Amino acid sequence: MSADRNPVTEAELHAWLDGELPEERLAAVERHLADHPEVAQRFDRYRAQRTLLGQSFGPLIDRPVPDALTPPFTLRERAEPVRGPWGSGWGRGALWGMALAASLLVFVAGGASGWLLRDRVGWRADPLTAAFIADAVAAHRVFSVEVRHPVEVGIDQEAHLVNWLSKRLGKSMRCPTVTRGGYQLIGGRLLADSAGPVALYMYEDAAGRRITLYIRPAPNTSGSAFRFAADGGVHALYWQDNGLALAVTGELDRDTLSGIAEEVYGALNS
Amino acid sequence: MTDDAIPGPDMSPPDIDDRAIAAHVPRLRRYATALVGNRSDADDLVQDCVEKALSNRHALRDPSKLGGWLMTILHNLHISGQRGRRRRGAEVPVEDLADDLALSAPPADRGAVRDFVRAFAQLTDEHRTILLLTGMEGLSYREVAEVLELPIGTVMSRLARAREKLRVLLDGGSQQVVRRIK
Repeated sequence: MSADRNPVTEAELHAWLDGELPEERLAAVERHLADHPEVAQRFDRYRAQRTLLGQSFGPLIDRPVPDALTPPFTLRERAEPVRGPWGSGWGRGALWGMALAASLLVFVAGGASGWLLRDRVGWRADPLTAAFIADAVAAHRVFSVEVRHPVEVGIDQEAHLVNWLSKRLGKSMRCPTVTRGGYQLIGGRLLADSAGPVALYMYEDAAGRRITLYIRPAPNTSGSAFRFAADGGVHALYWQDNGLALAVTGELDRDTLSGIAEEVYGALNS
Repeated sequence: MTDDAIPGPDMSPPDIDDRAIAAHVPRLRRYATALVGNRSDADDLVQDCVEKALSNRHALRDPSKLGGWLMTILHNLHISGQRGRRRRGAEVPVEDLADDLALSAPPADRGAVRDFVRAFAQLTDEHRTILLLTGMEGLSYREVAEVLELPIGTVMSRLARAREKLRVLLDGGSQQVVRRIK
């Protein structure tokens, strides 16, 4: 019999599963499977794997594409990607790439001097602890999904909101406006953590996506560079500046978030 | 973002344009996410891939092969990135992605999806790659061989081993010795 002279191989069984088996081998493979139920069962499991693969990862194709991956793409001067402390330096979109690069230079320089200063003050003074980020992310998770009461005081009472939070934090703050990515300040609330009062501002885009800005007083500290943290789908950029520890948190890609953090930094220092 | 952009460097007559590449981005992101196990690293990888593709766009002779070509670039970037990551020893846990994807699935399938994503993450990169290219992207053995720049026999034997590894992870039990092909 030809089947004996030409035994069915493992490769042929996989080819059969993948629809790549030459037709002339089909009968032999099917006979082999009928004769070896344990093999047939194993290939049933492989088929189930493939179904689960599609079920599990398939929906990812419908996830919204971040701006950085939407055309027109910008190509920087030289082909090789330059990776800096800001993550993938590429892809901030066609628009603000250059302007941002310039502002980053200034900012990173500022951050660096902040670090030097901070080192003289000593590590004790560092308010940017894991606990700080955990609090900021927790506040984001709790309040950003709030439908009816996302904020305590809405942006319609902007002056009152900023005065109130400035007073409670003991630190005069300008309104931390953001426009990047279509986000707008919708209001804020006062929170408490173990160190005392915290201000939480919330921003929303046209699609209802929200980001939060978490601000805790951090007396006797100077500026720091931005740092990045990820917790699940939630990303945070945090830094300290002018007696405050701040974290911008959202379900955004790193580049968009750093643009927003940059803008908040600018708004608070304008 | 506004449209009053600083005009980029010369974008003139490319062999392939931004839109052609952009059409592949959702698929590249899906593939990269399943491969690296979290969405932010995946997006970094896809960004690098798109940039590399744009800067080498003249190298692609046959525009109909754009999809496979992008996959090859992404694959190579991932491999070289992995070497760096292994040195640094940084790993982002896959739990968040598993939860995220479970929530995208119908309630009855959530447990299975979560278990699958976790098991899948325990495979080697090589095995994840081969399972994704065949089972998710629907590439033929020949196309996979082209993307990975491997002989077709290697593709087939690697696929057989990957399936068996995953079966053991999902179903428990001992691994069947899969006869070496070739």
